[in-house]
Amino acid sequence: MIDFELSPEEEASVKMAHKTAEELLRPIGRYYDEHEHESPQELIDTMWERRAEGSRDPLGVVGALRIEEMCWGDAGLVLCLAGPGLGGAAVFASGTQEQMGRFLKRFGEGKPVWAAMAMTESGCGSDTSAITTTAVRDGDEWVLNGEKIFVTAGKRAVEESDGFVVVWATVDKSAGRAGMKAFVVEAGTPGMSVEKLEKKLGIRASDTATIVFEDCRIPYENILGSPEVRKLDKTKTAGFQKAMATFDATRPIVAAQAIGVARAALDFVKEALEKEGIEIRYGLPRQKLTAIERDVMDMEATYKAAKMLTMRAVWMMSQGQANSLQASMCKAKTGLAVTKITQKAVELMGPLGYSGKYIVEKCMRDAKINDIFEGTGQINMLVVARRVLEFSRDQLK
Amino acid sequence: MISFSPTEEQQMIVNMVKQVATDEFRKVYREADESGEIPAHVVDTAWELGFISTGIPEEHNGLGGERSAITGSLIAEELAWGDLSMAMHTLCPALVAYPILEMGTPEQQSKYLPAFCGDKYKPATAALIEPRFNSDPCALSASARLDGNDYIVSGEKCYVPLAADADLLLVYAAENGSTQGFILEKGASGLEVGEREKNMGLKALPTYEVTFKDCRVPQANRLGGKDGCDFNRIMNCSRVALSAMAVGVARAAFEYSRDYAKERAAFGEPIASRQAIAFMLAEMAIEVDATRLMTWEAAWKLDRQENATREASLVKMYADDMVVMVTDGGVQILGGHGYIREHPVELWLRNGRGFATFDGMAII
Ligand SMILES: Cc1cc2nc3c(=O)[nH]c(=O)nc-3n(C[C@H](O)[C@H](O)[C@H](O)COP(=O)(O)OP(=O)(O)OC[C@H]3O[C@@H](n4cnc5c(N)ncnc54)[C@H](O)[C@@H]3O)c2cc1C
Repeated sequence: MIDFELSPEEEASVKMAHKTAEELLRPIGRYYDEHEHESPQELIDTMWERRAEGSRDPLGVVGALRIEEMCWGDAGLVLCLAGPGLGGAAVFASGTQEQMGRFLKRFGEGKPVWAAMAMTESGCGSDTSAITTTAVRDGDEWVLNGEKIFVTAGKRAVEESDGFVVVWATVDKSAGRAGMKAFVVEAGTPGMSVEKLEKKLGIRASDTATIVFEDCRIPYENILGSPEVRKLDKTKTAGFQKAMATFDATRPIVAAQAIGVARAALDFVKEALEKEGIEIRYGLPRQKLTAIERDVMDMEATYKAAKMLTMRAVWMMSQGQANSLQASMCKAKTGLAVTKITQKAVELMGPLGYSGKYIVEKCMRDAKINDIFEGTGQINMLVVARRVLEFSRDQLK
Repeated sequence: MISFSPTEEQQMIVNMVKQVATDEFRKVYREADESGEIPAHVVDTAWELGFISTGIPEEHNGLGGERSAITGSLIAEELAWGDLSMAMHTLCPALVAYPILEMGTPEQQSKYLPAFCGDKYKPATAALIEPRFNSDPCALSASARLDGNDYIVSGEKCYVPLAADADLLLVYAAENGSTQGFILEKGASGLEVGEREKNMGLKALPTYEVTFKDCRVPQANRLGGKDGCDFNRIMNCSRVALSAMAVGVARAAFEYSRDYAKERAAFGEPIASRQAIAFMLAEMAIEVDATRLMTWEAAWKLDRQENATREASLVKMYADDMVVMVTDGGVQILGGHGYIREHPVELWLRNGRGFATFDGMAII
């Protein structure tokens, strides 16, 4: 039955996330935006202790709604909180039972711990099949060589906790996508080092690291999925499909984060208008609306559209339904939607919009990343287009 | 529990409606658009599915089923996917039936509702839109004032579907600053149906200008009697219905241009193999889905009897823009062929462009 109702417990859970965002994240968001690369240790510790709060439904609709609320508080801070993150999602999507036990157990106990995912290299981002990092088998071990950039939470995962990085590398360059495999590299493994932290437009509280692998040796059992390279059957690009399976799970979550940032800007705009006695007259014919009413309604409708697509993608995943198309739909829509909404908010708020005293300019900077990572807007459009056309990547490049 | 899946029963209804849309509407939509006439058997076949009588209680000869705006949205989308003129024609009697069903006095209900439960199509319509650029349902020029035991209604309306044939006409007019409805029967004195309108789209659906010249309406025919009607809710039910129809029209254009783009070759490969075309199609697919989900959410609010003005207005505005973007994309993807009246995309653009104008022309 089509239904949008939250149970009282679910609603309470979402409200609690909002309260946390309001009390713990909002007040310090600006500080960590201005003090890039400083660590909000107290927040990290507090949230680590409270991590059980939202874990009942982490990948379901309620989990996504909680993420929206938290990012309404501050997206950069949310991205720097300890937890399985993208690395954990990759293990979850393609690990064996044994691997899940071995790698994911740490998130339920002990001190704050992070897991990161390293795909991007300086020579390739969108075109993941072009990665040059190599993994060569040597007896009971894999030997990794290469350099990964833009690894979210990379430093925290490998230097500041007993975490791990899921590293994508090729075991056979001639096999293209089929040769791409994911490997779990534990913090403290010799041969792995963080070389650089990026300075960014937004989400500055989140660390974005360059990680270098030099003859980095890891146990043979740390490969996620099958080590086999299936070259003969071109349609079965198993390694690559695993990466895609991870995206089906992570894209809607990233979209939920983005939506929270957009709503923060939207709420600011609405409050500012209310203070000036400007009311949004829903239901008025559009010929009678003022320009600002039109703009705000557009922003709000766009926010809703993105949110509905995101909730659907998350819901499908929680139902065990295949959701690649819907995950890319929501990510493509959301990345662009939040970019436009927050940019419009800066415009509408005039002097308040551009000023570092208020949240809107920060929302705009924080929002933009969502049209870039986890597949740029264009890449997600490409996925949607291929799926609706039933075209292969050869038919639509 | 949040869920995005229709019930089995709803799915069955959708399949049934889709069948009629495919076998009946899609067979004759072009001819109907050119000639301005919908073959009677098409409307009769759709009427037989009993969309309106289902929701009317048994005591008024209906089937006594549950009326749901979500189910209504699903039906409206499929019908409009088949053809918008025919969808609006089929559902036109609801413009009178549903407000009476929800807000009518017991007398109005027992007097008027049984007629909507017969085997034969019951022509009935509503007059809301006024012929000025800033026509506003909540600030109408048409007026109603009490004079003895009657109301005197005067004003001008346009886009009144089926006005010439309608047995019943529900006219909306301003009464002391609020919008109220008044039920008129065919031939009421002072009710003048003008010439059939020539519109850019909806050409198969006869619409008329209607003038009310000091039209006397008995007090008993004020919709909802003394209490009047909840016009806000009527508008919201209409916004949701129209949004669902916009999704149907847009989906038709998306599917058609997608299939065309896979077949049509230029520069040695299908045009869909180029991102400029493929991304248009991706955007069309995304926006159609987004609007449908927003429509469902607003419908869900209506079903819970909550105030849905915000949700309904937002989705209606979004749908108005979406359907133009998508149907225009349809024409563009077909290029010059899209401009020719052999392909349906130009028709969908003409029909789609109207949604921003069609206030109150359909209801759920
Ligand atoms: C803050 C931040 C955090 C990140 N976190 C991570 C992380 O944790 N792990 C990780 O692996 N990566 C991460 N990334 C990397 C991110 O995923 C890539 O930056 C992104 O995928 C784009 O790759 P690129 O930067 O190389 O751009 P390019 O691939 O060079 O793209 C440049 C432009 O070309 C467009 N383009 C590319 N190919 C096509 C095509 N086929 N059709 C149409 N347009 C195309 C793109 O959309 C883009 O607009 C992060 C990046 C940032 C900025």
